[in-house]
Amino acid sequence: MSEPIGEVKKSVSTHARRVIAYIVLIFLSILCLFWFYLLLIYSTRSMGEITSGITFIPSTHFAENFKNLINSSQPVFKGLRNSLIIAGASALLSTYFSTMTAYAIHVYDFKLKKFIFTFILMIMMVPTQVTVLGFIQLMTKMDLINNFIPLIVPSIAAPVTFYYLKQYMESTLPLALIEAARIDGSNEVRTFNTIALPLMKPAIAVQAIFTFVSSWNNYFIPTYILKKEDMKTIPILIAQLRSADYLKFDMGQVYMMITLSIFPVIIVYLILSRHIVSGIALGSVKG
Amino acid sequence: MAQNQASVAPMGKGKRSKVVRYNKWGYIFLIPFVAVFLVFNLIPLISTFYNSFYENYMDGLTQIGPTFVGFENYKQLFSDANIWKFSANTAIMWVMGFIPQIIVSLLLAQWFSDSRLRLKGSTFFKTVIYMPNLIMASAFSLLFFALFSDSGPINDLLVNKLHILDEPFKFFSSVWGTRGLVAAMNFLMWFGNTTILLMAGIMGIDVSLYEAAEVDGASSWQRFVRITLPLLKPILIYVIITSLIGGIQMFDVPQILTNGTGNPTNSTMTLIMYLNKHLYSKNYGMSGALSVVLFFITGILSLVVYNIMYRKRDKEA
Repeated sequence: MSEPIGEVKKSVSTHARRVIAYIVLIFLSILCLFWFYLLLIYSTRSMGEITSGITFIPSTHFAENFKNLINSSQPVFKGLRNSLIIAGASALLSTYFSTMTAYAIHVYDFKLKKFIFTFILMIMMVPTQVTVLGFIQLMTKMDLINNFIPLIVPSIAAPVTFYYLKQYMESTLPLALIEAARIDGSNEVRTFNTIALPLMKPAIAVQAIFTFVSSWNNYFIPTYILKKEDMKTIPILIAQLRSADYLKFDMGQVYMMITLSIFPVIIVYLILSRHIVSGIALGSVKG
Repeated sequence: MAQNQASVAPMGKGKRSKVVRYNKWGYIFLIPFVAVFLVFNLIPLISTFYNSFYENYMDGLTQIGPTFVGFENYKQLFSDANIWKFSANTAIMWVMGFIPQIIVSLLLAQWFSDSRLRLKGSTFFKTVIYMPNLIMASAFSLLFFALFSDSGPINDLLVNKLHILDEPFKFFSSVWGTRGLVAAMNFLMWFGNTTILLMAGIMGIDVSLYEAAEVDGASSWQRFVRITLPLLKPILIYVIITSLIGGIQMFDVPQILTNGTGNPTNSTMTLIMYLNKHLYSKNYGMSGALSVVLFFITGILSLVVYNIMYRKRDKEA
């Protein structure tokens, strides 16, 4: 007798928990999406409509706001182009050279290997902000202010990307394969470029996206490097918009500017989300 | 691996010298990383330390220093009430965001990995809750500034549509209003990421433990407290410390939200915003001292992370 009652009780409580879980999940999803929905709505509204109060129905001024923003004093298109160049180049260099670093640690045996690996893991979490003073001074001395190099080249030494790729390499790149390539007479550089790199493609893609996004969003360091108006990136223009005399501004343009800086990333993310979400945990926790 | 060893064994000595010849390539392939690290990280770190021992700032248009002053900058840094206030601000806003973040993430991670709940659409939910993590923090902050302004959409919603408030709530004139917004944004941006990390941890726990507990009549709460939490401890500590390091770096959100002022009355000024202020006013001595202090704090926290998460792996490698 007691068994079936227990079963019923259990299924009722599981059912109740499921209902609660759905309610909480739906609430949190709305909490995450609400702001971006509102942003999209507001980027379609004219200044007059914006001051008239909140609505959840899109209006018709999207193209107009876009045109006004382009013709405004803000160098938006140059900003988008600069951000794209810096983020794209960082993603390429960072993944290529991090794969190379991972390859060096994974494939070869040398005296300093353990030391270097340990060292990279230990500095992995130290933020770049703590060396920014020395960084600015050095870049000034090297005459690299108003140059993209200080924002691109440092991404070659990316401990987190390295660690993720090293983890992935352990499970996908058997040393026997490299051995076989050597027997076939392939030199080390060629083996790396034609055998290791293609095998690492899925992991490289995930890391390329992460590097791209964090470079695209980067605000702190670029403000010290990019001083010329037409070299500035999107986050710097956003900050300038905030510090400009706000009330004089056409809010339709402000919302359009935010839309342009956020939605490209959201769209790419939605297309590739499956790979990204499954890749998040791999680099940091597993093992 | 095993295959590889088998092929090595019979070849004997000639093989070894060949391996040694190849191994110099380990160093060659490390050149880009090491060179970039030395130039763009190590030299700046050393010169930051160097700066912290020199008096070097602009007094109006006159350059003072650089003069060697020993630990004078550090003394000045710690005797100023500001550093304590800004540390407290940073800590308060981090805690306000982190407590809901860790609770919600634990709950969601538990639900997502509970096979008996069989939640539908979990891929959709995970995609949605992770999304804010990729949003440009500065643009997100400008958006919040516009939405929560005194005559903005949120106040309109609260006063005129939902009639919850009688008059607009001035978020950016209220200490807890502004801090609350910073914390809420940090929560939104990070709880999805934490959920996915914790889920990976929970998935790694041996299912038979739960089955055995169930046979013994343990409730779902007991299973969570007695099995999940203790076994999740290393990952929980990892999440807490990495989030703490992230909290110390808090900059973009309060900077844009308050236009760098840290208003109202300096209550949202964080440590990095303070560093930013010193850098802009070209007070290199004080920026140096503050950077070095932050370097040691984050460095020690990093070592803790290294010890829990990576040392074991490292020994195996």
